[in-house]
Amino acid sequence: MDLSLDVTERNGYTVLAVHGEVDVYTAPRLRERLVELVSQGKHQIVVDLEGVDFLDSTGLGVLVGGLKRLRSHDDLTLVCTQQRILKVFEITGLTKVFAIHDSVEAATAG
Amino acid sequence: MTAPEPAPGSDPIELEIPARAEFVALARLVVSSLASARREIADDRIDDLKLAVSEACTNAIEAHGAGEVDERVLLRWWEGDDRLRVSVEDQGSGFDPQRLRDHPPVTDPERLNFERGLGIPLEVDFTPSQRGTRVSLVMYCGPAEPDLEP
Repeated sequence: MDLSLDVTERNGYTVLAVHGEVDVYTAPRLRERLVELVSQGKHQIVVDLEGVDFLDSTGLGVLVGGLKRLRSHDDLTLVCTQQRILKVFEITGLTKVFAIHDSVEAATAG
Repeated sequence: MTAPEPAPGSDPIELEIPARAEFVALARLVVSSLASARREIADDRIDDLKLAVSEACTNAIEAHGAGEVDERVLLRWWEGDDRLRVSVEDQGSGFDPQRLRDHPPVTDPERLNFERGLGIPLEVDFTPSQRGTRVSLVMYCGPAEPDLEP
């Protein structure tokens, strides 16, 4: 399955909507897009994972890398309600590292 | 470490893929389709199996490094009365599981420097094989669907 990445602006946030499977083959494209957004000065990034069918540790690594690239006063938050994806964050303890919202509206409300 | 024990009375189903990243999705698809077609397994356990196979195949492919385009990763699938066993075998140079680094705790800022090996816990055996390294995964589950027995 292919990966699609769509960027929209909302309330001063940059929303990156991810659709498809994030694994060792597709994760480099997600990484490139995040790096591109950060280098364009987009420092309030919301990654919307609601359209993601599968995500493994390679995808987690890209999101951790994205968080690392942003400066301390900037932010990368996630939108995810799917249990199959949330479980991967839970078993790795990354729910303590990422703010995970129920909707894009909630993630961009601040 | 012990060699993976095939489930009694069953011949393995084998899938050999090129050691390249684009084939990991195919491995996930085949293994999850086999599991859901032949067993009554809850969807969340199929998801666990897909994740485990994806991680094992990713490691196997990375064990080959770049440019080893002719090398293959071999997946084998056995069915027992109460379990499924999947092995993933590479032709890489192998590694010593005892020498893997421990990562800092997840809340430690240093942890952000680790983009790989994020600690997805798997119950597996690592076995050096003639080809490279073999990782065996076992999932305990209900009996096979009677109508689907080979």
